Amino acid sequence: MRFSLGKFALPLYSILAFIYILIPIAYTFVFSFNDSLKTNLIWRGFTFDKWLNVCRDQDVCVAFGNSILIGVISTIFATALGTGIAIALVRYRFRFRSSVNLLLFLPMATPEVVLGAGLASQFLSLGVNKGIVTIILAHIMFCLSFVVVTVKARVASLDPALEEAGRDLYANPRQVFWKITFPLLLPGIAAAALLSFALSFDDFIITNFNAGSDMTFPKYVYTAAAKGLPAEANVIGSAVFTLAILIVLATQINGEIKRRRLTKRS
Amino acid sequence: MAKEFVARGADLELKGIRKEFPGFTAIENLDLKVPAGEFFALLGPSGCGKTTTLRLVAGLESPTKGKIFIGKTDVTETKPHERPVNTVFQSYALFPHMTILENVAFGLRQRKIEDPIGKAKEALNLVQLGHLAERKPQQLSGGQQQRVALARALVNRPSLLLLDEPLGALDLKLRREMQIELKAIQMEVGLTFLHVTHDQEEAMDMADTVAVMNLGRIEQMGAPEALYDRPKTVFVAKFLGQSNLLVGDVGSTSANSLSIEVAGNKISVPKDRAEKHTGKIAIGFRPEKATFHTKKPSASSNLNIIGPGEIVDIRFTGVSNQYLIEVPNLGDITVFAQNMGQSPVIELGEKVWISWSVDHSFGLSDLPTGSETD
Amino acid sequence: MAFAAFSSNVKVDAKPTKTGKVVIALLAPGLAYLGVFFLTPLIALIMVSLQVPDPTGVYGKYVPAFEIGNYAYVISEYFPHIIRSFSYALIATLLALIISYPLAYFIGVKARPWPLLQKLMLTLVIAPFFISFLLRTLAWKQIFSNESWIVTTLQQIGFLGPDQYVVGTPFMVIFGLTYNFIPFMTLPLYTSLERLDIRYLEAGADLYASPAKVFRKITFPLSLPGVISGTLLTFIPIAGDYINASGEFLGSPETAMLGNTIEANFLSINDYPSASALSVLLMGAILILVTLYVKRSGTEDLL
Repeated sequence: MRFSLGKFALPLYSILAFIYILIPIAYTFVFSFNDSLKTNLIWRGFTFDKWLNVCRDQDVCVAFGNSILIGVISTIFATALGTGIAIALVRYRFRFRSSVNLLLFLPMATPEVVLGAGLASQFLSLGVNKGIVTIILAHIMFCLSFVVVTVKARVASLDPALEEAGRDLYANPRQVFWKITFPLLLPGIAAAALLSFALSFDDFIITNFNAGSDMTFPKYVYTAAAKGLPAEANVIGSAVFTLAILIVLATQINGEIKRRRLTKRS
Repeated sequence: MAKEFVARGADLELKGIRKEFPGFTAIENLDLKVPAGEFFALLGPSGCGKTTTLRLVAGLESPTKGKIFIGKTDVTETKPHERPVNTVFQSYALFPHMTILENVAFGLRQRKIEDPIGKAKEALNLVQLGHLAERKPQQLSGGQQQRVALARALVNRPSLLLLDEPLGALDLKLRREMQIELKAIQMEVGLTFLHVTHDQEEAMDMADTVAVMNLGRIEQMGAPEALYDRPKTVFVAKFLGQSNLLVGDVGSTSANSLSIEVAGNKISVPKDRAEKHTGKIAIGFRPEKATFHTKKPSASSNLNIIGPGEIVDIRFTGVSNQYLIEVPNLGDITVFAQNMGQSPVIELGEKVWISWSVDHSFGLSDLPTGSETD
Repeated sequence: MAFAAFSSNVKVDAKPTKTGKVVIALLAPGLAYLGVFFLTPLIALIMVSLQVPDPTGVYGKYVPAFEIGNYAYVISEYFPHIIRSFSYALIATLLALIISYPLAYFIGVKARPWPLLQKLMLTLVIAPFFISFLLRTLAWKQIFSNESWIVTTLQQIGFLGPDQYVVGTPFMVIFGLTYNFIPFMTLPLYTSLERLDIRYLEAGADLYASPAKVFRKITFPLSLPGVISGTLLTFIPIAGDYINASGEFLGSPETAMLGNTIEANFLSINDYPSASALSVLLMGAILILVTLYVKRSGTEDLL
């Protein structure tokens, strides 16, 4: 590794790596503008048509709507349950700590096939009908651990003296939580909720095992892939991607602006 | 401003306090009485239990055994948000998501006091930060944050104000300024202050009463001058200022004093300044109370003399010279000489005798183990 | 561990100190939920894996039993798939490591003077997550499809035979697996490298070590926690993946992995005991890996 070459090798490699990472995204984007018929395999021409009339093919929009619904409900529950656990893990002493850590870690380490098959078996033996509800139940389960991890990091960065100061200043425990702890945790909780929603929205394997005949967006893509995926799916995928990236970038830039403003001293 | 606050703070009493944590005992057996309106300092090295004591008074910890009284009320079982006590935290603990005005108003709002904003503004003016009321804590310097923390606690007119090493993070000049300001506010407002610190100069400077804590117990308590002039244990003698200690068995006693013999020297201490009168005793004296002589001084009943020894180190600290004198069979003795402007009065290697007044000796209740830090 | 990449670097050194009944209220709902919807299904899996077909001959029905022979059956029947899964996973993980490490190094070490740029680059790394997993795999399938210009060019220059294609080959499957899991490898590596104290590297150079030696003896060992974490986070999901290897996407019947057989058995053939037995085997292998990790590093860093 000579130094003069080394200085450019790494940035160059990184640029190539980023291009590699972004190729499928670019491809999806480009082909969302394809003037395709049934299948979207060959480029026929540029058009905005698919973007403007996304829901002409009803199925893809129904699937998309289901995914949103499932995502929102799963996120609400997973976030609520997970935040409590995260606070407990960071602030409280209790026995069986290792077991709790392990129990929370295992769903993240378990392959989705196993999770999906397991839940499906259970629903099967209990005679529960598979549908939107079972999908939601499944999603809450695997999103929970990710919420815990994200919120835990945020709780760990919170000075416990702040909560003690609240109690010292005549706030009872409930008031301390809502006026001090919760506002300061909010960025972490929001990040956890976003992560949970993203995981739920994109999930295929577990959903496939537990869905019955209901369609979610990923399931739609999977079943349509065999016979040909319409460009509308690309449109939705690209739209979601753009929205997500914009949110993330906006958060980061906003955070940076705030940080710069705050460090200006009097 | 003073008339806005209660005229006096409240008494604080700790009875038979014991605090155990899993794995160790932070406080063995503590009895403490802090009279109302006093500036009281808890002094000790880290790990001695002083912060734990503070947290017990604040209610942030519960004692394993014992009772706590504020005013005459038993508050042992009372929760922190129900005690008339406020704390200035070591890290200030200012709420980062609120302006400093809202920070100061927080306690008032929780107690539903009317016009919290107005009162908060007055408190900020008291600490000269009224003009920065709309800033967030992160935009303020360390010294300013410290003052906000103080205002936030004071505005609630607590019976008792607890300060947990509040000046630790400030640089020397700022710390001196804040010491003066804190003392002034305490005197003006008449609250009871309980100040925890490991800085002995700070404690002696600001406090009416100092309690020296070590390993979960109070070793000695009293006015700063009394503590400094007459330490009662080895720990206090060495923690508060510097001491030279000489150990020996009590040989002769007279009506008012007792003596020990160390390496052929007779060392005396007045009986009313000695904690024990028989057995082995450690007698000490402060370096600034001693003088050294190039010729052995004539014996006198009110003078202790040791020597001869050799000057092995001279340190110039600006206001004084510190001389380290090695006396055979006795150890190293430190002597301070005020810097009077003359060129060094003595050279390294010179042979000198050391003398100090018997009335400046003190006799300790325990013996040095050799592990205390100087 | 990967998510620490995004948290602020401010870590207050606060040990858990509070006690009280509140803990139960905080922990119980979530843990109970996991107990019902995670642990119980796993136990159900084990139980189903031991079942036998319904004696009355109804298709797709099974009765509780203790047929360990199911395991012998699946192992012998699907041995090639098992081997294939783990070898694909191993190769893909290694490739992901080799590809991700320089990238993580660049973002985490070289780009430290520009924190905003670091955040933006990290966002780019996880950008694929924001587009459906299936869509991006499908994109690769179409980029490398039989009629694509890449394949036709490769055929023309003789790299590929006239009847050889890319899609459906192990190469394509491994390619897809590697691509899809690069963020899982990059993030933990980044977290570890971001915390690397540059002064160690400077000390190495000061003590006459060449850049290669510095990397081998200082940088890499110090980043080992990230490497291990990234390897686990990558290997485990890949071992169970079945999208990449499935016929609709990048694979073919010759590249079927363990996940494909589980899916096929469960959803198509309705052979629940076999599917469950395979799942248990997969889960068992992973538990062994996790146990080895926990024995070494404890459970606190898992989350």
